[in-house]
Amino acid sequence: MTLYHFLSLSALLFCIGIFGVLTRRNAIGILMAIELLFNAVNINFVAFARFINPQGLTGQIFTIFVITVAAAEAAVGLALIILIYRQHKGVEVDKINIMKW
Amino acid sequence: MLPYSWIIPCFPLLSFALIIFFTIKKPKLSSQISIGAVALSFIFSLIVLVSVLGNPVTSEFKFNWLDLPGFKVDAGMLIDPLTSVMLMVVTIVSMLVQIYSVGYMADDPRFARYFSFLSLFTFSMLGLVLSNSFFEIFIFWELVGLTSYLLIGFWFEKKTASDAGKKAFITTRTGDLAFLVGIFLLTTTVGTVNFQEAFHQVESGAISSGLLTLSAILIFGGAVGKSAQFPLHVWLPDAMEGPTPVSALIHAATMVAAGVYLVARLMSIYALSVPASLVVAIIGAFTAFLAASIALVQNDIKRVLAYSTISQLGYMIMALGLGGYTAGTFHLMTHASFKALLFLGAGSVIHAMHTNDIWEMGGLYVKMRTTAITFILGSLSLAGIFPLSGFWSKDEILLLAWNKNPIFAIVGMAVAFMTAFYMFRLCFIAFYGKARDQHKFDHAHESPKVMTVPLVILAFLSIFAGWVGIPWLSKGYSSFVYHHEVHHLEPNFILMIVATLVALSGIYLAYVIYYKKTISAEGLKNKFAPIHKLLYNKYYFDELYNAIIIRPIFKLADFLFKKFDQGVIDWLVNAAGNFTVFLSWFWELFDTYIVDGAVNGVGYVVRGTGAVIRRVQTGQLQNYAFIIFFGIVLIILLKVF
Amino acid sequence: MNFPILSYMIFIPFVGIIAVLLLKKEQVQAIRWASALFSFIPLVLSFFLLAHYDSSTSTMQFVEKHNWIPSLGVTYFLGADGLSVPMLFLTALLSFLSVIASFNINFRVKEYFAFFLLLEVGMMGVFAALDFFLFYIFWEVMLVPMYFLIGIWGGPRKEYAAIKFFLYTLFGSVFMLIGILALYFTSQPHTLDMMQLISQAPLLGRGFQLIVFVAFFLAFAIKVPVFPFHTWLPDAHVEAPTAVSVILAGILLKMGTYGLLRVSLPMFPKAALYYALPLALLALINIVYGALVCMAQKDLKKMVAYSSVSHMGYCILGISALTVTGVSGCVFQMFSHGLITGALFLLVGVLYDRAHTRDIDAFGGLWAKIPVYTGVMTLFCLGSLGLPGLSGFISEFMVFIGSFPVFKVIVALAVLGVVITAAYFLRMIQKMFLGTFNTKWEALTEISGRELFTVVPLAVLMIGVGVYPSPLADMIKATLENIVHLVTG
Repeated sequence: MTLYHFLSLSALLFCIGIFGVLTRRNAIGILMAIELLFNAVNINFVAFARFINPQGLTGQIFTIFVITVAAAEAAVGLALIILIYRQHKGVEVDKINIMKW
Repeated sequence: MLPYSWIIPCFPLLSFALIIFFTIKKPKLSSQISIGAVALSFIFSLIVLVSVLGNPVTSEFKFNWLDLPGFKVDAGMLIDPLTSVMLMVVTIVSMLVQIYSVGYMADDPRFARYFSFLSLFTFSMLGLVLSNSFFEIFIFWELVGLTSYLLIGFWFEKKTASDAGKKAFITTRTGDLAFLVGIFLLTTTVGTVNFQEAFHQVESGAISSGLLTLSAILIFGGAVGKSAQFPLHVWLPDAMEGPTPVSALIHAATMVAAGVYLVARLMSIYALSVPASLVVAIIGAFTAFLAASIALVQNDIKRVLAYSTISQLGYMIMALGLGGYTAGTFHLMTHASFKALLFLGAGSVIHAMHTNDIWEMGGLYVKMRTTAITFILGSLSLAGIFPLSGFWSKDEILLLAWNKNPIFAIVGMAVAFMTAFYMFRLCFIAFYGKARDQHKFDHAHESPKVMTVPLVILAFLSIFAGWVGIPWLSKGYSSFVYHHEVHHLEPNFILMIVATLVALSGIYLAYVIYYKKTISAEGLKNKFAPIHKLLYNKYYFDELYNAIIIRPIFKLADFLFKKFDQGVIDWLVNAAGNFTVFLSWFWELFDTYIVDGAVNGVGYVVRGTGAVIRRVQTGQLQNYAFIIFFGIVLIILLKVF
Repeated sequence: MNFPILSYMIFIPFVGIIAVLLLKKEQVQAIRWASALFSFIPLVLSFFLLAHYDSSTSTMQFVEKHNWIPSLGVTYFLGADGLSVPMLFLTALLSFLSVIASFNINFRVKEYFAFFLLLEVGMMGVFAALDFFLFYIFWEVMLVPMYFLIGIWGGPRKEYAAIKFFLYTLFGSVFMLIGILALYFTSQPHTLDMMQLISQAPLLGRGFQLIVFVAFFLAFAIKVPVFPFHTWLPDAHVEAPTAVSVILAGILLKMGTYGLLRVSLPMFPKAALYYALPLALLALINIVYGALVCMAQKDLKKMVAYSSVSHMGYCILGISALTVTGVSGCVFQMFSHGLITGALFLLVGVLYDRAHTRDIDAFGGLWAKIPVYTGVMTLFCLGSLGLPGLSGFISEFMVFIGSFPVFKVIVALAVLGVVITAAYFLRMIQKMFLGTFNTKWEALTEISGRELFTVVPLAVLMIGVGVYPSPLADMIKATLENIVHLVTG
């Protein structure tokens, strides 16, 4: 197993995530796709840490950070989605165009 | 005792506060408080008099009240023989008048308030005579003015009464203007407001004689206002609208004498300025003559007495102007007793008859014996008949005038003649002859004891008070109250006899005209119609002042407000406003077509561009995410390659 | 002393604004009492200020100084001396009493009290600020609530009056701003600190002083108001609600004279000497002209308003004399006029609330009907016309005696104002309270306890200062001596 394997996996995961973000209609789906993006990044961190600097723990610590932030982001995101649901009776993002002026 | 003399004015002040704040609803108690307070003041004044008699020196007690550079005031008291005499005069008259008022004002709904005002007046007047500085005397000066205002307008429902109060306050305040400026001039030059320090400075020549004369005359302006001297005498007759006891206390015996007191107090200054003294003497003599002549033809009993008061005050002022410190203050003292008596007697008559007009009275002697006898005694005293009080004091003044300048003595004689005439005209018309108004006559009755007892006491004083000044006494008035050193004028028998004859002839003339009716009063009136009219209308002073002072001031005020304030200044302000509005309108046009033209041109370009580009803004979240993503990819690609 | 008392005095009303805003607008009583409480605390603090003020020195006390905008040299600099302590006390007192007097406001109560407290913040600030930046901010802060208070709660011509007031004052403020900038750029190093500017003052050129003095004078003269800038005053005073008239007359006018004493005299000594005579002449016009115009008034409130023009003239006269006694007289007059005219406006309001008219001729014989009201009104009228024993007299006397050695003729003429003042007040008293009772007012009720509460403290102070002025005189003496010394050297 080399670094490339990991990077490939992570790239694959990232692309799936991007695809999800761009195509899902459901806001919750988008949120989940974003989680995939986070995980792709996490894999990258861990992989680089393992292969580039095996002694240090920087990558792992950063990963934990990212997980924490992701959790917070999910919480805030979900709260927003619930509010949007209440306002618009749905979470389809193509229906929500209040940002357009 | 002397250092505690401050307590004398405190009693009436306390009484005033007590009545106003606590007992205003209890008339009887209020009058008792008030009389009790003035009685206490009287006792303490008596103690002061006795101790000053024992040791006749000037003593001053003071404490620092205000200390600013150029303006240092020591509040305190100045006690000398003059002060102690004045304290007695004020407390005695005030006490008697207050007792009298219990009867006179018995039915008044504002009884308690009346006594509170009397207390306030007594406080202010006592404060005035005890003052030790120009500043302090001015304070009390204004306060007595205020109480005079309140008491003249006491029956404020009557328009004439409230008018008279206002007139009195404003007229005396006009005199106070001069007083105030005089104080400024004198005190800022000598650098102190304290009497004794100022006298000391003046005597040591700290002020040039011109300035001294100017300030002395200006200060005299205050006395002219308060003592109703020409040309500010017009307020006093109107002040008779107040309750009669008030007229007795304030407008005859005490407050109006404050002007005389002031000149006496400042004798050190007037003594050093010959022109100022001359002005004082001339004003006094002129007023004495003027007022006496008006009194000859008045029909209102109180107005006759009022003009008599003005005339007698003129007498005192004349005496002081001639340097007669002793004579002037002596006459002040005797005059207080008989003039208070006359006013209270008149009040008793008015109380019985419910009218002021002497032509509705007549034959009252049988109905009101005490009042009539005391009134006639007072008139004799005022006319200067031997050996009543008035004789001694008037003689002192005439003697002084004769020695200094015979012209004044002749004027004095003429005034004495007129005085005797108008007083006995009054007596004969009111107390003798037939009743002219039968209805009123039938209802007339002697006043209650509470009113007649003060009359009797005052009559007693009108006879005997002057005896302290009998010229042959070695320890008389003149050796107690004097300025610098005792001047003993040699008694002049001829003068005494002439004066008595003059007074008697005045009385005789009145007797012939109004009692015997051998000379017809009507005939005389018709013979001298223009003079009578002139006198009857008081030389038209009121009309004159109205035309040359009061109306122009109102006109000016109206002009300044309507024409200047609203017409000019506000017009300018509004014009500036309107001009600004016009300018803004103009610039608005400029804005719309030129500035806005340019701005709008830019706007069109921007809007056109925006119309194209806005299509990018879909509001779709995923479009934005897509653009962001590919934007990043693009940037990375650009960076890598 | 470390306790920042001045900041507290300024900002506790501000806390009050927040408290009032947090209350629901229906809770009228709560809003009233909250405002009363938050204006009462500064009053308590001001007593503390009086007690702890050391009158033996002219240096600033209770000083607070913090950097604020260092790049411009702006500091948060507060302090009080013998000039500002009485004014702070007066402000606290009148604000509190005015709030109490405003309890009868029923229209948009919440906003009213919020604006009122904001006004208090501004006034306190002006009297405590020692940095021009801060001074200017507070000066302008006052303007806004005043505009709304007149414009919303005022009488029939409120819009006209509010705009006139606002524009007049703003017009002056602009000149003051120019003056401040001129001072800032000429000082070395650039500073807005008043104390430093005063110490640099002698270095300024005479010509420069003459010009900048005029700029400041315009701002202050409009506030005072000095003839011919006075026509905003009758309109604003008459249209404003009672409590606002009280503040206008009691505090706002004093800011003009305060500014002259705080800024103009110490910072432009040469100009102050140069302009002394014109200033005295303007004062004379103010005194006599204002009094004469009063005579022509039929509206009671307008008469009281114009009497302020006359009375503030005495202040200007005292300042122009540049003697300690004259300037002390000015401060006395500021204090005393605040008490007396404040009370007069309160009393006019009391009558207006009941009778709905202020026409002097419409009344008559009220003494018989409402004796307590008449007594109190007469007392304050007497105070205003300078009756000895009351504070107005001692102030006028000090002004006169202080300026007499300098301007003999002007003072002699100004004394005329005293008589005219007596005339118009007595005329008013006679027409309203004396004479036969006008039965139209049968239903008129006596002054209420709350209303009496608002004027009694003022009466007590008026008599207190009149009978024994030494405490106040001692408090201001050192400061004023210093100011006069700065000018005359």
